[in-house]
Amino acid sequence: MRYEMVVGLETHVELNTKSKIFCSCGGHSAAREPNDCVCPACCGMPGMLPVVNKRVVELAVTAGLMLNCEISRYTTFDKKNYYYPDLPCSYQITQLNHPICTNGCVTLKTPSGERGIHIKQIHMEEDAGKLVHVGKASYIDFNRTSVPLIEIVTQPDFRSAEEVLVYLNKLKSMFRSGGISECEEGAMRCDVNISVRPEGSAELGVRTEIKNMASFESIERAIRYEVQRHIDAIEFETEELVQETRRFDDASGKTFAMRDKETAADYRYFPDANLMPIVIDDEWLEKIRAEMPAAIDEKADAYREAGISEKEIDMLIHNHNASELLDGVAAFGCDAKNAAGWILTDCAGILRKNGKLLGDLEIGAEELAAIMKMVDEGKVNRMSGRKILSAVIETGVDPVAYCKEHGLDAKVDTSEIERVMDVVFSENGKAVEDYKNGKVKAKQALFGACMRALKNTADTALIRELLDDKLSKC
Amino acid sequence: MSDYTVRLSDRGTVAVDDMILVKGVQAGAGSRILEGFKPVFSAEAVTRLEKNGYVISGKTHVGEFGLDLVGEFSYYADKEEELQGAAAHLVAQGAVKAALGVDLNGAPRRAAALSGVDFLKPTYGTVSRYGVISCAASGEQIGVYAENVESVGEIMGVIAGHDEKDGTSLREESYNYRTDLAVEGKKACIVKELFDRADEQVQKRVEAYAQKLRKNGVAVEEVSCDFFDIANTAWQILMDAETCNNVSRYDGVKFGHRAAEYKNIDELYVNTRTEGFNFLTKAVILYGSDVLSKNRYEECYGKSLKVRRIVADRFGELMKEYDAVLTPVCGKTAYKAYEIREAFEKVFKESVFTSVPNLIGVPALVSGSVQLMGKQLDESVLLSLAGSVERAGESL
Repeated sequence: MRYEMVVGLETHVELNTKSKIFCSCGGHSAAREPNDCVCPACCGMPGMLPVVNKRVVELAVTAGLMLNCEISRYTTFDKKNYYYPDLPCSYQITQLNHPICTNGCVTLKTPSGERGIHIKQIHMEEDAGKLVHVGKASYIDFNRTSVPLIEIVTQPDFRSAEEVLVYLNKLKSMFRSGGISECEEGAMRCDVNISVRPEGSAELGVRTEIKNMASFESIERAIRYEVQRHIDAIEFETEELVQETRRFDDASGKTFAMRDKETAADYRYFPDANLMPIVIDDEWLEKIRAEMPAAIDEKADAYREAGISEKEIDMLIHNHNASELLDGVAAFGCDAKNAAGWILTDCAGILRKNGKLLGDLEIGAEELAAIMKMVDEGKVNRMSGRKILSAVIETGVDPVAYCKEHGLDAKVDTSEIERVMDVVFSENGKAVEDYKNGKVKAKQALFGACMRALKNTADTALIRELLDDKLSKC
Repeated sequence: MSDYTVRLSDRGTVAVDDMILVKGVQAGAGSRILEGFKPVFSAEAVTRLEKNGYVISGKTHVGEFGLDLVGEFSYYADKEEELQGAAAHLVAQGAVKAALGVDLNGAPRRAAALSGVDFLKPTYGTVSRYGVISCAASGEQIGVYAENVESVGEIMGVIAGHDEKDGTSLREESYNYRTDLAVEGKKACIVKELFDRADEQVQKRVEAYAQKLRKNGVAVEEVSCDFFDIANTAWQILMDAETCNNVSRYDGVKFGHRAAEYKNIDELYVNTRTEGFNFLTKAVILYGSDVLSKNRYEECYGKSLKVRRIVADRFGELMKEYDAVLTPVCGKTAYKAYEIREAFEKVFKESVFTSVPNLIGVPALVSGSVQLMGKQLDESVLLSLAGSVERAGESL
């Protein structure tokens, strides 16, 4: 018999806000050491009252809009009661009765075609703290308590582990490009609900839930293991399936039932009287909508139209910093395709040299646009442009001033190089012909010949530029 | 911090009850569970008083988490034979100009009635709850004890007003509390069902007060109103649920009392809380957990929220006809010491006189050992009605 898996996902995403959800403490990413970012409110002292961080509401709404949800105009917070030392108030503030977003959907492009996944709801909640066990002692770090999260709950619409991964990657790209979350390791955690049934059956099998997995790899492995466990139980009666909560053990690659204690039976949810209902009126909703970055698919289409390559689009979509810079530079009237090269090749290269990543890029759109314009207008050559870029990235100088100061706008004397190049071209007539006939590799041979003739005295980038220029005129 | 013991000022001294935080001064809420807890900030009401030149003279005992009749079950105070309430007693003695007390179940109002001083539980949301050891978040408010309505109004004017640190705080930046509005032509009613619950002495007191109001030109008549019992039950349920939840943070892990003996985290919780809470609080916790449990939620907590809305509507209807409701505060004129095991039922029974203002947030003023309830934000009318009686002289 063939079996079909039925999987639903609950994904917790840490929001990218300056402060926590109910107090003004910085998020835990600002923390240098344990209990660095805590105040009487987020460590549960009496007398403190929660006050909602508006930015959290806005980011949750943005996420909802991205996932085509209905946005609740009236949303409330509830308390979820359970005792655990990392939960300072012994309750978590979350949303049960009136979550902020409901009834969404997202379309996935999978190898087997397009798939629609329904989003049941998105709700806001606070994170708990962290326990650190050293020998026989346990320490509590409250830096993470009250860090804002959204939980995205899907309907049981997934039919394969691949679909789950496509979905998670899509959420990650969307949330990064939307400034909702950095989605770093640990900032995205999943609970997976799994059941298995004979293919074609309308009835659902026994459902188990695997809790709290932080890496996509674990999620995939856990799903594969758990589905097989269900199938074995049904097919070979290896065990009796019970509805329960399980955890995935990375080392063994297996799932294990959690003890009863870890899964409190009754959370005694009830409305939080300290937090008044939040009303999202038309004006606020429109403001959030207007500030929302273009949806990820629309954005990719726009880049494609601008002539940016698929590989570059992929890099841009996965790197909010880079795409934001590109959009900014384009707004200054620069060519988007050209800008993609500057950002993904030049900027990335300079950063790499300094041991940094594209995500660390801090250059302003105005500065990059200024450099690009100087090059486009022929005030400086491409190589000098890159030199200026490097200085701007590394030391934050003003590009125009730097260019003047270092005399980069003076035309480089290229006559000697051009003379040598003429000789090389006449001596390598075949390579020139080959290139013209579409043999791109021939360019490399010409380049090598020029370098040898110049005895490696000239700047390679300048030679490449002059070579390109000369070849294009051939 | 001896800072707060004796210091004189032009504006006067104010005591605060031990549900209200004063920076650096142990805050126990009358409970062993908070033993040794020193807050790192002061309540907003305390800060406002200090900024305006009042001196916080000290803290007064409260019954554990303010859940008892008048403060008879404090871990930190000696047992009394004749119950009176520490803050009310201090004001009655003239030792302070005024005192602040947290009213979540009528205890300060009862204490004021026993001591013959005034106490105003203002409209919910007028005084910031920032710095209140919270139990029943949806109905608790800081109120003011003083010898006369003028002092109540003066202190209220200082402490009331919007505070962004409290999400339930109303928008108004400040309030003007009048005690001298014309009362002639105003109408008050006596609720028969509550009147009948009180003993003869209390009834006489209410009648005498009505007589004085009439002398000042206020029409007072009897009405029948059947929602006070159901309102009392609803408030008991909401209060117990919210209190159960709010005191769940006292677990021995972070601050306050921690049991000396425990082998694991569960024992730490159980032993700490067994030692730390008194019998009444434990009863409230158990009752509160029960009404919030999955199978009971709808018929208890859910229904109480509906009752709250209906009572608010019904009270609103009544207040279209009247400017104030005149009621007893306690069933008797004095309370004797009793065993804590009887407390839960005893307090519940007595709260029928006081719970509506906690449930629906309307103001209630105790003066002359009787109670006047009013419309939302209608404190000035209540203070003026009581003021007309106080100024007419002759205490009761």
